[in-house]
Amino acid sequence: MFANMLPNLGKVLSRYYGLFAQGLMYTLLLSAITVLGGVVLGSLLALMRRSKYKPVSVFAVAYVEVVRGTPLLLQLYFFYFLLPELVTFVVLSKFVSICIALVFNSAAYVCEIVRAGIEAVDPGQTEAARSLGLSSRQTMRRIVLPQAVRNILPALCNEFVAVIKETSLASTFFVGDLMTQYRTISGNMFLVIEPLLVVGVIYFILTFSLSKAIAKLERHLKAAD
Amino acid sequence: MGTTVEGGHMIEVVNLRKNFGSLEVLRGINEHVARGEVISIVGPSGSGKSTFLRCLNLLEQPTEGQVIFEGYDLTSHGTDLDRHRQKMGMVFQHFNIFPHLTVLENVTLAPTLTGKRTKAAATDYAEELLARVGLSDKRDEHPRRLSGGQKQRLAIVRALAMDPEVMLFDEPTSALDPEMVGEVLQVIKKLVENGMTSIIVTHEMGFAREVSTRVLFMDEGLIAEQGTPQDIFDHPRNPRTVEFLSKVLR
Repeated sequence: MFANMLPNLGKVLSRYYGLFAQGLMYTLLLSAITVLGGVVLGSLLALMRRSKYKPVSVFAVAYVEVVRGTPLLLQLYFFYFLLPELVTFVVLSKFVSICIALVFNSAAYVCEIVRAGIEAVDPGQTEAARSLGLSSRQTMRRIVLPQAVRNILPALCNEFVAVIKETSLASTFFVGDLMTQYRTISGNMFLVIEPLLVVGVIYFILTFSLSKAIAKLERHLKAAD
Repeated sequence: MGTTVEGGHMIEVVNLRKNFGSLEVLRGINEHVARGEVISIVGPSGSGKSTFLRCLNLLEQPTEGQVIFEGYDLTSHGTDLDRHRQKMGMVFQHFNIFPHLTVLENVTLAPTLTGKRTKAAATDYAEELLARVGLSDKRDEHPRRLSGGQKQRLAIVRALAMDPEVMLFDEPTSALDPEMVGEVLQVIKKLVENGMTSIIVTHEMGFAREVSTRVLFMDEGLIAEQGTPQDIFDHPRNPRTVEFLSKVLR
């Protein structure tokens, strides 16, 4: 079996490089949509969590707990089957359903990242701003958030890395990502290990280079402090 | 707007109480501050000095009682706290300089954001104030390059940029290296000599004696004794004051 591995790898690559490229594109697209959507929804949740209106903050807390306390695969199933039932005025492609599920999932994690980032800012900063007569809104926008971003940005990039790996679960529904392509190729060629190696290397290059970039960003932010 | 209360004093404190959980930090303080007064608050740690000061601009929400500033009851609902806080400058033990802004921006931010001054006017005034405390050459620096003493002088200037009616100093020299205490006290001294109404929580007894018109000695959440610096430092009557002073004045 191992004797054939190299020639098989060559065959897999030469015959299916297009599918790998397509899978890579879909994985990146899924991840980008997830993180972008997650940041918007997650930031909103973080603000809701800090709201002085109890029902609003309780909702945000409950949301985060439920999403973090259940498996992502279960959530994907949930949205995959539930969304088409709920949304009847447009036909949702499975890609859209899966995207929405991933966004809802990521939002919970981003919410905690944003909240932690805001809470890590010295309360003395808020006191100084309020003592000068700035409103709570001005204080948040001009004093707290600019400082929180430094805590939030590296953590968000780490979330991006995590999301890239998590999108592989979406292959359960054949949405065209890297793992979907793996399943197609291995089915066509009756090969299990070789395409898996290729996909694994692609995932690793993606996440490793991103992690390196994050480390650099963190050093840069520290130096600016 | 808030409730207007008639009275001649700039600040009136009525039966002020503050609890943290079951801990009674302030146990019913009645006090008033007239324009031009320079009041030092001294006392053992944990006596409620800082909490009292922080209640004056409602950084700490009193559990009970009223703080009346220029006739407005700050503790009543519907009072535009932000507007009144603009007239009460505060200087903190740990400076709380905004680290993401330059020295100049630290000073101009509040006046421009609150619409008190245009950007240009705020910059002019900030430069004048920075010059007064010897920080002109630092105007475009980031605060991380400043020493503790420079940070605290900047914090004072930042508060002054709002043209406050009163300045609240919360242990302004307690976090400083000893060699930097003098430069900060010098700035405060110049300020009070120019007639700035000030309330200073401090452990610098010599300074309190030198600049104050009145000294409050706080103990266990109450003002145990008060009087002129001579009264308090030379002829203390309350045994707690005597005991405290014997520990700190050696």
